[in-house]
Amino acid sequence: MTLAASPQLIACPTCDMLHTVAPVPEGGRLRCRRCGAVLLTNRRGAIDRTLASSFASVILMVAAIFFPFLELSVAGLHKNASLLDAALAFSKGLMAPLSIATTLLIIVLPVIRAGALAYTLVPLRLGRPPATGAARAFRIAEQLKPWSMSEVFLIGVVVALVKVGGMATISLGPAFWAMAGLVVLVVLESSSLNEWSIWQILERAQRQ
Amino acid sequence: MLTARGEGLSGCRTCGRVSPAAEHVCPRCGSELHQRIPFSLQRVLALWIMGFACYLPANILPMLLTRTLGHAEGNTIVGGVIELAGHGAWDVAIIVFLASVVIPVTKFVVILYLVYSIRYGVQLSIHNRIHLYEAVEFIGRWSMIDVFVVAILTALVQLGFIVSINPGPAAIFFAVSVAFTMLSAQALDPRLIWDSVEQESTPHG
Repeated sequence: MTLAASPQLIACPTCDMLHTVAPVPEGGRLRCRRCGAVLLTNRRGAIDRTLASSFASVILMVAAIFFPFLELSVAGLHKNASLLDAALAFSKGLMAPLSIATTLLIIVLPVIRAGALAYTLVPLRLGRPPATGAARAFRIAEQLKPWSMSEVFLIGVVVALVKVGGMATISLGPAFWAMAGLVVLVVLESSSLNEWSIWQILERAQRQ
Repeated sequence: MLTARGEGLSGCRTCGRVSPAAEHVCPRCGSELHQRIPFSLQRVLALWIMGFACYLPANILPMLLTRTLGHAEGNTIVGGVIELAGHGAWDVAIIVFLASVVIPVTKFVVILYLVYSIRYGVQLSIHNRIHLYEAVEFIGRWSMIDVFVVAILTALVQLGFIVSINPGPAAIFFAVSVAFTMLSAQALDPRLIWDSVEQESTPHG
């Protein structure tokens, strides 16, 4: 018996096993029979949640960039650092490439990812056909996932605070809390969205 | 058990869409389409070697250059952990130790083990190996913590003569090493792990 390629089939990305897509009840999930990887979920308001958190994350990111992030005072001397300063800290000499990399990882890539998600999901949410190139935008958002590291950065902030704590007084600026909120959102968002469900909606909409 | 490749189809790793094997681009999401990532193990090993080559200088050279009242001092990754522990900040010392030493070293070992087990046969159960693969894929990015710590300290601690902190050369090596090991893990096609099981259970010919 051979099967023809059809949108009703789904191949597990970790073990290549074929499944026929059955309607998933609300709150349920479809797992691979062989390896247990989650293939599809049907969570209520998944698109809403993802959109809300991606807009919020952009707003928080802007706040995090422009407000002072940390303030250091030693013997009457004060020093403010914003997120941009931290990202550009390596900008002198040989360290310039590293500076570009940190800027990408903690600012540029997270913003692009949020933008791409919004571009894909807003038309779907409004019941319109997907925007031109929605599939490409969503694919970019997927590929950037491991490389947008704002939550890793926040743990770095905590470690840096402790390191400096011995030599100076540190106070946390509003941007620190913006960043903390952002991290929680990113983590929640990544667990609420099932990408394959979105791919199916995109394809269905394209064919109509 | 029907697999996409067994049916002459190829499954997209980005969106799960199944297409005829002759297709090279997924019609749904536009990703490159392969039944198995070509030369997966070679890619994994090449990137692994790059990552490992950068990891050695990252540990030997100083990560942080601290200048206090004209007196300069370099700190390696492990040196920084010891210093934190010396201050009594055990919890943070453990976080840095996990992120900069335990996670990268585990990752190097696990990737090498998975490649070996695919190429030369199986030692651990398939489910253990899949868990290893998922852990390696998920956890690698957290190694970047120490690079960000250096970035923050450099931005923050610039008080002229009194105290200033600058990045050492190890920061570059470490960041590059983490990036290469992430790419190495991404190049590993997990379907190969399952293929190695199928070959064992079904007689050849």
